[in-house]
Amino acid sequence: MVEVLRIERVCKAYNTGTPAEVEVLHDIDLTLQSGEFVALMGPSGSGKSTLLNIIGLLDRPTSGRLFINGEETGKLNDGDLTKLRGHSIGFIFQSHYLISAFTALENVMMPMLVDHNFPTEEMKTRAHNLLTEMGLEKWENNLANNMSGGQQQRVAIGRALAMSPSLILADEPTGNLDTVSTDTVFDLMRNVNLKDKTTFLIVTHNLDLAKRCDRIIDVVDGRIVNSIGAKL
Amino acid sequence: MQTIFIVSGIALGVGVIVFMSALLTSLQTSFISRVLTSQPHIQISAPDEFARPLLPPSTEIVPVSVVQQPAQRLRSIDQWQNIMRELAQRTDIAYVAATLSASGQAVRGDASRSISITGIDPESYFNIIKLPDFIILGEARLTSEDIMIGNELAKYLGVTVGDKLNITGANKDVRVLTISAIFDLGNGGPNRQSTFVALRTAQSLSNLAGGVSTINVTVKDAYAAETIAKEIQISTGKKAESWIATNSQFFTAVKSQQISFGIIEGFVALSVAFGIASVLVVSVTQRSKDIGILRAMGTSQMQILRIFLLQGGVLGFLGSIVGSLMGGLGFLVFHYLVRQSDGKEIFPFVLQPILFFVAMLLAASTGVVAAAIPAFRAAKLDPVVAMHG
Repeated sequence: MVEVLRIERVCKAYNTGTPAEVEVLHDIDLTLQSGEFVALMGPSGSGKSTLLNIIGLLDRPTSGRLFINGEETGKLNDGDLTKLRGHSIGFIFQSHYLISAFTALENVMMPMLVDHNFPTEEMKTRAHNLLTEMGLEKWENNLANNMSGGQQQRVAIGRALAMSPSLILADEPTGNLDTVSTDTVFDLMRNVNLKDKTTFLIVTHNLDLAKRCDRIIDVVDGRIVNSIGAKL
Repeated sequence: MQTIFIVSGIALGVGVIVFMSALLTSLQTSFISRVLTSQPHIQISAPDEFARPLLPPSTEIVPVSVVQQPAQRLRSIDQWQNIMRELAQRTDIAYVAATLSASGQAVRGDASRSISITGIDPESYFNIIKLPDFIILGEARLTSEDIMIGNELAKYLGVTVGDKLNITGANKDVRVLTISAIFDLGNGGPNRQSTFVALRTAQSLSNLAGGVSTINVTVKDAYAAETIAKEIQISTGKKAESWIATNSQFFTAVKSQQISFGIIEGFVALSVAFGIASVLVVSVTQRSKDIGILRAMGTSQMQILRIFLLQGGVLGFLGSIVGSLMGGLGFLVFHYLVRQSDGKEIFPFVLQPILFFVAMLLAASTGVVAAAIPAFRAAKLDPVVAMHG
């Protein structure tokens, strides 16, 4: 197994050096292996999203070390972090965050466009194939706004997979969906995980979904209190 | 909709600039052309005569006297043929023509009028002053028996082409000359007083056989006239005056016009820049979520910066294309509608392609500069904060 993510004693505090300083993550240690499908659970305000932002290189820890695919991120500048994020990490958010002025196909092409600066036929083919995999080939030319919540979330999964990242971070990806769409989206993520060995870290409040993951990590008050194999 | 409004705003600004610049260029072209076609670039004449005190300079005696300046007689330029030859060899001079200006009297029956007589060599003089262009009746012919007169004088004396006129010169000699042409210089004074005769005729009328009072020069670069005039003055010792020196008020007027147009254009450009900046500031706020998403997808700060700077440039460029068309078309319509009472144009239609190019370049650069602050703001957005609003 290849180590995709390793976090060593990561802390995150806000308003550091002021009387209003507050530490939201305390000495977090976490390792994710290639092909793992992991649920991250915890009550609201426990620090799950902060942890996810730090893992996703959208935020920097106050202390501790973070390795993505073996590369320590603490030494990288903003430009290198952006590049690493673009190539190694895919994001799926609760509110899909598609660009409304673009079609489904263009939204999926977006990470590749950002990387190459101009569109190519290969990008279009890859985006088309991903949308086909998501069951959205008929809607690929629809504007993001003109699609249902479930469809939009499937477009967001396609977009997260566009750069073939080794790690996908999903922040409550089914939080806004009905039961049927929730199952569809979850199954799609699971299929990608099994087929491509892509590592998933999914923040969820849904215990039933969490139980279908390989592992559940519980975060309470900024600490990992439990990390168990969900199927055990 | 927002884009349409801002492009329209930029277009309006650029349109005003193009229109005003074209108008200014045309007016100046018209002014300068009028000034230059009706006068030589440089006039060389004999130096003024002055009275010299006969007392020797003394350190002890301070003479208290009023020296009366002598009246300037009509004198010929000494060695004028040599000077003409010298000038003709200069590469910065296009044409040279000698003339003799004198005063006289035109008489027909009981009517008489004082006139100014200019003796010219038509072949060389017409290169400098396009007199044939102003002829409204007759032909530009000047034998020693011919005279060309202004339309106002012709009207006053009741004469036309082919009629005879008695011309009395400074030496009181009377010559009978035939009117070969009547001209209209577009100015009442010269049309009442100016007459042109052959150089020999003028010399005989003013008792200045073989003499000329003025050497007229046209230079290749009209704006270098003042420098060349100074050089001629030094090398010949004669008085040389350029059209720039004799029309200093005209130049002050042109300069003032340029400055006031420049100020107006500057303010218009500034308002265009503020327009672009305000739209982009709103745009950054509106699109902060999209910017956050793009940042999460791996878009670098530099790429975000580039997008907004480019947007400013493109807005400026698009606006300048529409504005250039509007300004150009507006000027065409203005030129067509604003005419003299006889339907002739007031000024020539001068619309240089470089004006559009400069307007586009300026508008695009203004767009980029105006976009700088919003672009930096967008690039510095924290992706997490941006996405969550």
